[in-house]
Amino acid sequence: MITDTFATEGAAPHADGLDARLVVDRGGFRLDLRLTAAPGEVVALLGPNGAGKTTALRALAGLTPLTEGALRLDGRTLERPEHRLRVPPEDRPVGVVFQDYLLFPHLTALDNVAFGPRCQGVPKAEARAQAAGWLDRMGLTDRAGAKPRALSGGQAQRVALARALATRPRLLLLDEPLAALDARTRLDVRAGLRRHLADFEAVAVLVTHDPLDAMVLADRLVVVEDGRIVQEGAPADISRRPRTDYIASLVGLNLYQGHADGHTVTLDGGATITTTEDLTGPVFVAFPPAAVTLHRDRPDSSARNLWRLEVAGMESHGDQIRVDLTGELPLLADLTTAAVAELSLHPGRPVWATLKATQTHAYPA
Amino acid sequence: MTERNAGPEPKAGAGPEATTGRKAGAGPDAVTGPPGVLDSGTRRRRPGVPRLRAGVPLPLLLPALVGLAFLVLPLVALLVRAPWRSLPDQLTGVAVWQALRLSLITATAATAVALVLGVPLAWLLARARFPGRRLLRALVTLPLVLPPVVGGVALLLALGRNGIVGRWLDSAFGITLPFTTAGVVVAEAFVAMPFLVISVEGTLRAADPRYEEAATTLGASRFTAFRRVTLPMVAPGVAAGAVLAWARALGEFGATITFAGNFPGRTQTMPLSVYLALQSDPAAAIALSLVLLAVSIAVLAGLRDRWMAAS
Repeated sequence: MITDTFATEGAAPHADGLDARLVVDRGGFRLDLRLTAAPGEVVALLGPNGAGKTTALRALAGLTPLTEGALRLDGRTLERPEHRLRVPPEDRPVGVVFQDYLLFPHLTALDNVAFGPRCQGVPKAEARAQAAGWLDRMGLTDRAGAKPRALSGGQAQRVALARALATRPRLLLLDEPLAALDARTRLDVRAGLRRHLADFEAVAVLVTHDPLDAMVLADRLVVVEDGRIVQEGAPADISRRPRTDYIASLVGLNLYQGHADGHTVTLDGGATITTTEDLTGPVFVAFPPAAVTLHRDRPDSSARNLWRLEVAGMESHGDQIRVDLTGELPLLADLTTAAVAELSLHPGRPVWATLKATQTHAYPA
Repeated sequence: MTERNAGPEPKAGAGPEATTGRKAGAGPDAVTGPPGVLDSGTRRRRPGVPRLRAGVPLPLLLPALVGLAFLVLPLVALLVRAPWRSLPDQLTGVAVWQALRLSLITATAATAVALVLGVPLAWLLARARFPGRRLLRALVTLPLVLPPVVGGVALLLALGRNGIVGRWLDSAFGITLPFTTAGVVVAEAFVAMPFLVISVEGTLRAADPRYEEAATTLGASRFTAFRRVTLPMVAPGVAAGAVLAWARALGEFGATITFAGNFPGRTQTMPLSVYLALQSDPAAAIALSLVLLAVSIAVLAGLRDRWMAAS
């Protein structure tokens, strides 16, 4: 189920798990996503800000009504605008971890977690016992009596997760679960969250704009741009074969679209790239910036790809320098600081770029 | 809002200014403002702004001092002329306690009415989206600026024995409101409730509605979300509004005397008996006034943090 590809309109719905077509029309913006997931699966909605990820999450929770489409969970229809059917958020077996957690400030951590069970009619003592159990699982037993404002970011995140899980949801939604944390805390919380999500037996959908979070936490990525799915699949597959510039920049690859004829791919601009794959028809070609070599003079190289380019800009990228090049094939190249100094690169300087065919990866578009 | 940008330097303008700017559009509730962090920040830098220096121009200083005297002098006079020696006797008179008791009971009852009706009304104004909301808001605020006597007359026309609703109340249920203790409560609630509504609405507007959403995703109905999440979060604003409404009800004179009359033991509240006593027994009037002054100061002290500093 992990590499389950796009479920088509006519496909039979999952008896268990999530099966949804979310359409939300909001003035100039239209969200239209087909989303399916099996129990136990963790799906990440990945996309730039404003892509509609949070709207999709709110629609799943019932906080934003669907304009069209349908939402089914474990075989039960939760929303179907066409039939004027809409189960309100409080009656959906859905738990949400909000981006800034929204822990109730007047309640202790324990009472925050007990809130859900209490609303479901569990007697007070029993609800608090359950909540204590959840906090224990999160390693927060000693913080049970603390008010949210006294919790650290990482603790608040875990309380929010415990609060959402305490209602025993069949669909767990996480909105940018790590965005509110500093870098150090993120590492710990990400590891903890990964463990809890792995234990979670129902569907989990998380929204993030951070590719690392998505790849570490999710079994499957759904990349959303401008309200639509542009690519979905296993994290490894997506990072190897990006299909849009956004994903390519996320995973740090140069990406081109062109027409393949054997080992030669001709791009729309006329430039050619020689690849090892033997393909015909429309293709993508991707290669990492570190695979590019720059030369001051025309090299006498065995590399099959040689382009004359010009330096447009440079910026430090980790311990490397990322060079932005324009010309017949605009590309990014990663160089060591020493190499940049040796070539005395500066904006406007003409250079020769070479790339081995074995470093490229071509795949059908 | 940190300690650092609470200083007088350019950055300070961005902090508190932005705060007031956000509230400014909200009208009267800008005065109430959200209690807590924002206010404490504003309060902290207040003293630094209008610091009295040697160079205060006389044309400003003089009227300012006269104005101050104008406000304080009557209260000083009240304290100076108070019959301190006979005060214990004055205050142990049956009539005084009757009036005070009636005032406290009716003001508290009016506050209760204002709470029960006013908090939902404030919620409606702050959260619900419906056409004519601005008009409704204006109508709610109207009793704030309406002369209380006019309010009393209007109440008579509505709830009086021959009023448009009062006639029906009388014939169907045998309920008569004017010139009864219940009428006092009605008159006081009419005048005091807008204070509560405006105060609570301001607090509700400042509260993040997403907490209610979070509560519904946890299985709470919208009402449960309001009761268990929103209400506790805006409790300070509700309390401030209730105290204000209570103080306003306690001092109510015009609407009460018009709608409920002036019957000792039944509708004669403290302000009415002060006015009445002044004509026969000034010493008693002063004693009664002192009691009301004490209550007012207590209220002011209680509200100082939330109400006075915000404006």
